[in-house]
Amino acid sequence: MIENPTGSSVAPNGVNAALAKKNIQDVVIRFAGNSQDGIQSIGGFLARLGGRTEKDVMTYMTIPATISGGPSIFQVRLGTGDVLSAGDDVDILVAFYQHSFNDHINSLRDGGVLLYDSDNVQPDPNQKRYRAVGIPITSMTVEAIGGTAKDKGKNMFVLGLVARMFDLDVPKLETMLQGYYKGKNEDVIRSVLGAFHAGYGYDVGKVADTFQFTPAIAKSETKKVVTDGNQAIAYGALVAGVRFGAGYPITPWSSIMEILRVELPKYGGIFVQTEDELAAIAMACGGSYAGYLSLTGTSGPGISLKSEAIGWAIMAEMPVVIIDVSRGGPSTGLPTNVEQSDLNICVYGSHGDAPRIVLAPASVEDCFYTTIEAVNLAREYSCPAFVVSDQALATRVETWDMPDFAKLCQNIDPKLEPRGPNYKPYENTADGIARHAPPGTRMLDGKYPIVTGLEHDESGHPASRPANHVMMTTKRRRKLQVLAAKLPKAQVFGPPEGNVLLVGWGSTEGPIREAVERARAAGESVSSLHLRYISPLQPGIEEIFDGFNHVFVVEINDEGLYGLGQLAMLLRARFADKKIRGINKTDGLPFKVREILAGMNEKLKTPVQ
Amino acid sequence: MIAEANAPVRPKYTKKELVADHPTWCPGCGDFSILSIYFKMMEKRQIPHESITSIAGIGCSSRFPYFVNAHGAHFLHGRGVPFATGVSLIRPDLHVFMFGGDGDAFSIGGNHLNHAARKNIKMTYVIMDNFVYGLTKKQTSPTSPLGFKSKTDPWGAIDQPINPMKQLIAGGATFIARSHSHLPNHVMEMFEAAMDHDGFSVIEVLSECTEFYPGAFDAANPRKGGVFTLVPKDHDVTDEVAAYKLAMESFPGTFGVYYKVSRPTKNALEANLIREAKSKANNASPAELLQKTFDRFA
Ligand SMILES: Cc1ncc(C[n+]2csc(CCOP(=O)(O)OP(=O)(O)O)c2C)c(N)n1
Ligand code: SF4
Ligand SMILES: [Mg+2]
Repeated sequence: MIENPTGSSVAPNGVNAALAKKNIQDVVIRFAGNSQDGIQSIGGFLARLGGRTEKDVMTYMTIPATISGGPSIFQVRLGTGDVLSAGDDVDILVAFYQHSFNDHINSLRDGGVLLYDSDNVQPDPNQKRYRAVGIPITSMTVEAIGGTAKDKGKNMFVLGLVARMFDLDVPKLETMLQGYYKGKNEDVIRSVLGAFHAGYGYDVGKVADTFQFTPAIAKSETKKVVTDGNQAIAYGALVAGVRFGAGYPITPWSSIMEILRVELPKYGGIFVQTEDELAAIAMACGGSYAGYLSLTGTSGPGISLKSEAIGWAIMAEMPVVIIDVSRGGPSTGLPTNVEQSDLNICVYGSHGDAPRIVLAPASVEDCFYTTIEAVNLAREYSCPAFVVSDQALATRVETWDMPDFAKLCQNIDPKLEPRGPNYKPYENTADGIARHAPPGTRMLDGKYPIVTGLEHDESGHPASRPANHVMMTTKRRRKLQVLAAKLPKAQVFGPPEGNVLLVGWGSTEGPIREAVERARAAGESVSSLHLRYISPLQPGIEEIFDGFNHVFVVEINDEGLYGLGQLAMLLRARFADKKIRGINKTDGLPFKVREILAGMNEKLKTPVQ
Repeated sequence: MIAEANAPVRPKYTKKELVADHPTWCPGCGDFSILSIYFKMMEKRQIPHESITSIAGIGCSSRFPYFVNAHGAHFLHGRGVPFATGVSLIRPDLHVFMFGGDGDAFSIGGNHLNHAARKNIKMTYVIMDNFVYGLTKKQTSPTSPLGFKSKTDPWGAIDQPINPMKQLIAGGATFIARSHSHLPNHVMEMFEAAMDHDGFSVIEVLSECTEFYPGAFDAANPRKGGVFTLVPKDHDVTDEVAAYKLAMESFPGTFGVYYKVSRPTKNALEANLIREAKSKANNASPAELLQKTFDRFA
């Protein structure tokens, strides 16, 4: 919690401090319960409220792999400034059950507040580390909305409690609740509001501190939206003009295909739930071949299954967009945890020399724009393009600027104008890019093209001549070198020269930036570089590396046999620079700022060798 | 989706214009006659040349698209059906033909076959069944009869073979026929019937691999002293149990249409969903739809 120095002058928020109303800029709240308690919806409402007022939000959510109950948490950080990470430590822990308390009490910072359901939780009465506030959440909810609601409504009670504690905009919350439950029967809405008001009516100020957010420092006037990363990807695809896709359910990718399945018909498109991931990518290749750039997606295990067809798309030079919402691996691994261990399979997966485009969004907003860019690059370079997201981005809720749809919406339907004469789909042009004539296209010279996964000549006929394979392998690689030269130059966050450069990709951007800010505030010379283009790499990276004594690649994956994570290995291979080293972890959780700084200080103890 | 286009007025094409590379099949391979019937049928039907789409998996038979001068795709072993499904669903204006072998259809691609069948995807699938893996040079295939000596079963195949007809009936295909490449007129008749069927139409054509399984289908070839028996005239093609009974007959069995029913295609059902969704949304433009959705996220 960042307390506002200009705020009210009360004692620091310690265990024995007097109760007061405090001004704050930023708070981290973790709700811990079971998934059926609707923990996610408390977090979702707070996030949305944050987005509708001047607060920024970032959330962190874990859901159990088994859906029928089980531990679940939602962590939300509300702040009036720029919120970069979900927060290292928790200011307020709300514990619904004893196991919630046991599992999460260590995340509560010293001097923090534990709000627990005194009907279910027995905290340690002798501890002095935090302030424990017991509230009979279960029985008060039952009292408010009736006995049948034993497991339901507690989330709304807690939402009311939090609204009171943080002086949140109650009319806005009520409108949101009513909007959300619109269409449900009257009883449900009455129970929801009943529980909420019971929570709000509880005079929490008598037992704990209450807070007030200091007004935001001049923020932009742009309208904001609140979504999670998967929504951003799904709608990004629709904006980009994608009208056909296919997929097979797997956590945490599924919600993207659920959205596309429901939305696409309105746009005249189709999303197919296939029998497996092999069929999904085959269907997407078929859709793209038919002239409609198609999308498929999955999580780790599904990428393994799709790998053969990815090679086909590279060989046939067929554009297709592949979303990988990665999770912990290998195999079924950790289905509901974050890990950045799919980089290798996305960059290299498939047999043979198979170069492709790989992009990694860094935030929820970036999920949206990266998906649009992946569609455009796939089409422009006639090549599969990956969007590598992860479980943390998929479930993270963020506030971002309302996109300008009139400007962004694209129509990429095929044109089918006659081609030729002398049209060759795989002509060995300077840029090396294939230009397909989808079926339905009349060929003026009467010669029709075949697309194929066999090595082929310029017309698409199978050809295994040695010189031809050399030419075509070069062509498929050359087009990505043409792309690399056109990519925007890499940009450093912080000064362009210094002691340490932290390099990251994907969902770790926020915590890495916060680490840079914290380190710089402490007088250390640290900058960062976040790579969005993983394959091909963008220009300017080497010059940036030259400006630093140390380059640490921060990744949520294993340091591997040689002390280098997956991106670190790629960068080492590319730049042959010994100062590139890794800061890695594999606990299945997002990086904490503190962990990054500790990893950095640890690495600095051993010299580059 | 591109709507079904009216064929532009233009001179008729002949078989000659449909011929591409000379097939790389072995002399005498049964697949030749299937190819020439495909040409003959196209010539007869005069489907706009650019709308013919031949798609295949991997195998000797799957080389088919290269030999047809029309749009085509050579995809992966066993995955041609889902690829063709993608083409069929998004492009109702095209005639989608899928070609492949027994290994492609019933082994590596077996699961896809069932799902395309139950979803009733509009396409015509010609399975060129030679009871052996041709391209990879004589391994046991899922349709190899018990006792067939291959490189992987030199002592004779010991695994129960698949019965393609039973498999297709159980899978839910809405048009199922069986033919023999040595009887071109019959193949032509089946091709045309399959093509006219609105749904997932499959023909298993026994097509001899002269290289690795010569004589496999002689028992049904009158020129080799066999008997070619047609499906009885009184067979009810809408009777699933009757179709099973035909499928249960011992080799070489009967030839013709085993099963044919009318059930909405996924193509039509998806088109319905689109129509309904669009009218419910008052045919709003993509930008309007997105703005409305995002206003809810605001
Ligand atoms: C994933 C994969 N596995 C194996 C192969 C090798 N392979 C190519 S064709 C084939 C079998 C062909 O038999 P069939 O489908 O009956 O076609 P035929 O050659 O007999 O016409 C095999 C095993 C391959 N191309 N891809
Ligand atoms: S190996 Fe058999 S199936 Fe293949 S081309 Fe030769 S005869 Fe035909
Ligand atoms: Mg075969």
